Formats: sequence, C-alpha cells, structure tokens
Amino acid sequence: MSEFSCWGRYPHAQQTAYKLSWRDQVYTVISSENSVLPYGQGRSYGDVCLNDGGALLVSGSIDRIIEFDRHQGIIRAEAGLTLEELLRVVVPAGWFLPVTPGTRFVSLGGAVANDVHGKNHHRHGTFGSHIKRFALLRSDKNVYECSPEKEIDLFRATIAGLGLTGFILWVELQLIPIEDSCIRMESIKFNSLSEFFEISDSSNQDYQYTVAWIDCLKQGAGFGRGIFMRGNHASAAEGKGLKVYEKTLPAVPFDMPEWMLNRYTVGAFNALYFRKQLRDSVTKIVPYDTFFYPLDAVARWNRIYGRSGFMQFQSVCSRDVIERILQITAASGQASFLAVIKEFGDIKSPGMLSFPRPGITLCMDFPNRGASTLKLLRELEELVCSRGGALYPAKDAVMSERSFKDCYPSWQEFMEYKDPKFSSSFWRRVTGER
Amino acid sequence: MKVAVFGACSAIAIEVARLYAADGHELYLVARNEERLETVAADLRARGASKVEIFSIDFLNTDAHHGLVEDIISKAESLDLALVAYGLLGDQLQAQRSFKKARKIIDTNFTSVVSLLTLLSNLMEKNASGTIAVISSVAGDRGRKSNYIYGSAKGGLNIFLQGLRNRLSTSGVHVLTVKPGFVDTPMTADFKKGLLWSKPEVVAAGIVKAVRKKKDIVYLPWFWRYIMLIIRHIPEKLFKRMSI
Ligand SMILES: Cc1cc2nc3c(=O)[nH]c(=O)nc-3n(C[C@H](O)[C@H](O)[C@H](O)COP(=O)(O)OP(=O)(O)OC[C@H]3O[C@@H](n4cnc5c(N)ncnc54)[C@H](O)[C@@H]3O)c2cc1C
Ligand SMILES: NC(=O)c1ccc[n+]([C@@H]2O[C@H](COP(=O)([O-])OP(=O)(O)OC[C@H]3O[C@@H](n4cnc5c(N)ncnc54)[C@H](OP(=O)(O)O)[C@@H]3O)[C@@H](O)[C@H]2O)c1
Repeated sequence: MSEFSCWGRYPHAQQTAYKLSWRDQVYTVISSENSVLPYGQGRSYGDVCLNDGGALLVSGSIDRIIEFDRHQGIIRAEAGLTLEELLRVVVPAGWFLPVTPGTRFVSLGGAVANDVHGKNHHRHGTFGSHIKRFALLRSDKNVYECSPEKEIDLFRATIAGLGLTGFILWVELQLIPIEDSCIRMESIKFNSLSEFFEISDSSNQDYQYTVAWIDCLKQGAGFGRGIFMRGNHASAAEGKGLKVYEKTLPAVPFDMPEWMLNRYTVGAFNALYFRKQLRDSVTKIVPYDTFFYPLDAVARWNRIYGRSGFMQFQSVCSRDVIERILQITAASGQASFLAVIKEFGDIKSPGMLSFPRPGITLCMDFPNRGASTLKLLRELEELVCSRGGALYPAKDAVMSERSFKDCYPSWQEFMEYKDPKFSSSFWRRVTGER
Repeated sequence: MKVAVFGACSAIAIEVARLYAADGHELYLVARNEERLETVAADLRARGASKVEIFSIDFLNTDAHHGLVEDIISKAESLDLALVAYGLLGDQLQAQRSFKKARKIIDTNFTSVVSLLTLLSNLMEKNASGTIAVISSVAGDRGRKSNYIYGSAKGGLNIFLQGLRNRLSTSGVHVLTVKPGFVDTPMTADFKKGLLWSKPEVVAAGIVKAVRKKKDIVYLPWFWRYIMLIIRHIPEKLFKRMSI
C-alpha cells in the first residue's frame, strides 16, 4: 500500500489502487467501485490525494500528448503527463510552463485539481488561469468539455476541485514563450522581516519570479533573516540555448532516524545556508531546474524525516499575522529548514476553492513528533483562520472542519458540482461527510 | 532510422518508441486496438517523430502477417529496426488445466512471433542490413511451476532467436534477444512490487542502448544476468523442490 501514499507520509490510508494506462479504462473502474479518487504523482503533502477505505484511480500511465502547437504554444495532453515530461518536449521548442510549482514531478491533473501556484503568482496568477479547456469524466458516464466559455461552472469547480468533481482526462494549456531556458537570478540577503517586505515591494514590478527562503528557527537578533531570490527568463544573448535541465543527485536511500533532525542540527543548517552566500547580493545565470526545482535533484528527500513522516503548514495572511506565526514557530523550536515566503498578487483564479489570495504566503515543514506538532499546528491554524487567512489543502493533513469552511466559503456552491461517487480522506475530514 | 514496433501499445514498447521519437526517427506501429494506437501515434508525433504510420492487427491471425509486412514496406520502403514487443503472460493455473488456454499463451509468445520473424528476417537478409529485436523474458531461462507455460514459449523463442542470429550473422543482420526481469506494466498489474522491480522507461533505455551496441542477448536491468546465472545453475534435484 505504501506505493500510494502522500508526500508527507502522514496520514496513512488503505485503499485499492487501480493503475490505469488508457482513457477508456477509467469509467469501468468508476462504475465498479463505491468511492473513487483520482491520484496523480502523490506530491500533495497530506490527504487530498488519499481515499482511506475507497479506491484510487492512478493516472500515471495515462500520459500521452494529444497535440502540441509549436507556433501558438498550446499543448493538449492526458492528465497523467508530468510537468517534467512536458518540459522535455516544450522547452526545446521555445516554450515554458506559465506557472510551475516547486517540483516538476506533478501531473497535469494534479496541477489543475490543486490549482497550483508558483514564484510568479504576482504576475501570472495560478495554473488554472492558463487552462484553455479540459475534459472531465464523471460517474454519470458523460465526458464534459469545460472551458471559460463552456460548462463554466464545472470549469470553475474542477480547478482547485481537489479531484472531487470527476476524472480529468486531458488538459489544454497555454504556454509562455522563452528565448532561453536559463534564469537570470539575483539572490539578496535580508536580516529582518521588514527588509523582506521592502525587497518584495520593490521587486514585484520588474521581476517575473520572486520568492524567499526564511530562517524560522532564529530568535532575537536575526529574527526574520533569509535570502530573497528574484529572476527573469534569460535572453538569448545571456543564456545557453533552449536546453532541458534535469540535474539529479543520489536519492535518499532509506528512512533516516528521527533524532537526526532537531533544533540544533536544523539551526546549524540554517545558519550555514544563510552564511553560504557571502555578499549581500549575487546575480547569476542558472538553469531553470536550479531556480525552480532545487529539491527535485534529490529523489525521495521526504525520507529524511524518517518513518513517522512530516507535515507542511502553508498559509496565506496579512503581514502582521506572518510575523506572529514566525515568532510562535521560532519559540517552539520545532525544526523546519525548508521554509519559504512569498507575496501573492491579486489575480483572481477561476477556481471556486482556489487557495491563493492577496497576502503573504508562508510554507514550513515540521517533522511529525505527534502531539506536540499537532498542538503547534492547531495554534497556528487558529491564528490564521481567525484573522481572515487561509490554509492550503494540498499541503494540509490536520485542518479542522470549521477552519476549512471559514477559509473556503464557496464550499457550499462547490457541493453542487462534486461528483457523488468521488471522495477523499481530506474531504471527509473537512466536511464531516461520510 | 525507420523503426517498426509490433505490439506498439505495450508499456515497454511505448517507452522505446518515445526514445526514438525524441530523436526524430520514423515509426511504423502495429497493435490490435486501433483507438489506443491512435493516441500513442499522436503522442509520438508531438514528441518529434518525423513520421508515424499505424497498422492494426491481432498477431494471432498469422494469415494476415504477410499482408501486414507488405503494407509496412509499401510505406517505409525498408526497415532499420523491427522490435517485437507484444506478449501474453496468461494465467498459469488456468493454462495447466486447459490446453486451449496454454495454446493461446504459446501461440502469442512463440508461434505467431516465428511467423512474423520468418517474413522480417527474409526481408532483412535480402537487404543485408537491419536489426531484429525481440522482447523475450528471463522466464525463458528456466522452467518454474509458477509460469512454465509462458516460460517455455519464451524459452523456445530464445532458441529460435539464437538460430536466427547464427544464420544471419554473415549477412549483416543483427538479432537481439531482450530478457527483462520484473517490469511494472499492465501485464504485471496484479503482482506485489518490491525491490527487484523496474520501470518500463529503464528497460526501454536498455533496449535502445543494446540495439545501438549491436548486443546479442541483453538482460534488463543488468543485474538479472547474475540472478539468472545463479538460478540456471541450481541443480535440478534441488530446484524441483523449490518454490520460486
Ligand atoms: C517539493 C514540493 C514542492 C511543491 N511546491 C509547490 C508550489 O510551489 N506551489 C504549489 O501550489 N504546490 C506545490 N507543491 C504541491 C504540489 O504541486 C501539488 O500537491 C500538486 O497538486 C501535486 O500533483 P500530483 O500530480 O502529485 O497530484 P496528487 O498529489 O496525486 O493529487 C492531488 C489532487 O489532484 C487530484 N487529481 C490528480 N489527478 C487528477 C485527475 N486526472 N483528475 C482529477 N483530479 C486529479 C487528486 O484527486 C488530488 O485531489 C509542492 C509539492 C512538493 C512535493
Ligand atoms: N512486464 C514484465 O514484467 C515483463 C517481463 C519480461 C518480459 N516481458 C515481455 O515484455 C513484452 C512487453 O510487455 P509489457 O510488460 O509491456 O506488457 P503490456 O503493456 O501488457 O504489453 C503487452 C502487449 O501485447 C499485446 N498483445 C498481446 N497479445 C496480442 C495479440 N494477439 N495481438 C496483438 N497484440 C497483442 C497487448 O495488447 P492489448 O493491450 O490489446 O491486450 C499489449 O499491448 C512482452 O513480450 C512481455 O512478455 C514483460
């Protein structure tokens, strides 16, 4: 069963997995099971991709490109195709993803169903904003072609629809043109949260991509320190051509012991990372994988958290709440070295249950230490949800029913479009539905 | 290169075809499910194949093989590589109870391949060039109770290919026997997967490399060569009592 788990490996689920290869196989499984959920690459951290006690429709080998218009930059492909495979084909032709998450190992279907965002949210909005149309197979046996013009409500429900409106068969996506596949990246050190806000404010205009790593263990002097990264696609003159980059390092071979990650080892790591860059600001031309997918180089890096897994906490909220979250986290000493902070823009996604909204988003990983981790996450959740923020379902394993309903008031409208045969562990948790 | 793939909807074959497509080669694809074959063809075109033609046939219908090969040649003129990928694992328990079931396994994995290879080998021999690559299996290296009907068909195929290689060695035609171990594909969907399992992409890359290097027999991934070396050398007295 462990073959089909979520990225944080918490919670666990028992489910019947159907590995599908062809579009014509999907309906047969839907009709033979009581409760089904599409499963892409399992890169969601928590239980949006799990269906305890039910069945999974594994899309991995339904992964064919249907049409690629090299002149217009429009690609239509089956939903199981990964962004990695897509990039292999489109980059040499001078195109790039309009929006990409921090890993290229996700499927098109998963990217739509979580309406993923990237470092260019302030300029391009979410993944769903670039979908021209898709085909959705529902348990009534009909295939619905949805677009901003046709089946509009089903279109809006399925983008960020968490796999609950049916099985996406294929997706048509508008790509963006690039001259070169490198990124001109500038890294700037900052020593406090207010410095981060300043740099962010001054970067959003001229940089297509902005994001920062932040040290969320540091208290006192240096609280809120980090490294800001901003970039644009390199020009033909600066770069090295339209190359496909897929750097790989050795995989993490086994589950690491839990005691290895503690406030001292992670604190030391963070300090090293912060000091690695000597100068205040460095500009480099880097391959796109270095810029967008630094973690992808190490396969199965989730094993460093050991068998008990880990949880991610990603929220979006106002600047003052972010400061409070960081204070609480630093004081708790619960180690988290992969912490990312970014300012979202105000481009509205078509998705009903879409997560991004104007504000600051902060992403932190916590090793699962049982009760103490849950207690901290509850405290942060209360804070975010009581102050008008929201948590990201793709990263969540613990949010309460009340928080979900507060953060996503459209859930009731969404219910009209949810497919009665589709469900997930996440959905049952946050709605109380059975 | 002009590449013909027989059994082009097999998971392993699709990955091989993708590698050739990415390098801009011409592909001639044969399978029995035309609708699925169309989607595979579109994918390969998008990935850069310079030409893709499709042909649909059930390989058990050996009477149609001659026409098929003629059709392919009328479109391709000649072939640089013919990859035979289709196969049928079948259900061992059912096949040991019913000869009808056993025969289908043997005909799919052996008899029909012999028919096809007869045509292809004569063609390539006449042109004095080309590669014939056939996906057999490690199961053909030793008979085991869990799959000896499939295993004996693949074993027969191995001997056939050895002979063919011997015959064609002087006429410049390369014959490659591919012996994959456990591969995670629809054929093995019901098996519990473990450490020894590989992805079809990995096996496909091995096939393309073995074609390029003009290998005679290749185990994929490489470690299966050593596993089978050991298995082949277990004395029959002992082996007959084992459960592997
Ligand atoms: C290292 C790392 C970095 C990440 N960075 C980001 C980031 O920067 N921004 C961001 O937004 N996310 C990020 N994520 C999260 C990830 O992008 C999302 O969870 C994504 O949806 C995972 O896609 P998947 O193919 O693995 O889908 P899964 O996790 O398998 O499934 C996700 C959801 O999609 C549904 N689904 C999958 N296929 C279909 C289909 N064919 N039809 C209908 N529904 C379907 C599932 O039911 C499920 O609800 C990151 C994850 C990792 C591991
Ligand atoms: N998977 C393994 O572990 C493994 C190990 C060793 C060797 N092999 C060999 O590898 C080859 C490829 O198999 P795979 O693993 O890629 O499995 P697969 O995806 O199931 O492919 C098998 C293919 O053979 C086709 N086929 C079977 N009988 C046919 C017939 N009479 N006419 C036309 N097509 C027919 C099937 O077509 P349909 O889809 O129409 O049925 C299917 O596309 C086979 O020769 C197999 O024996 C596999």
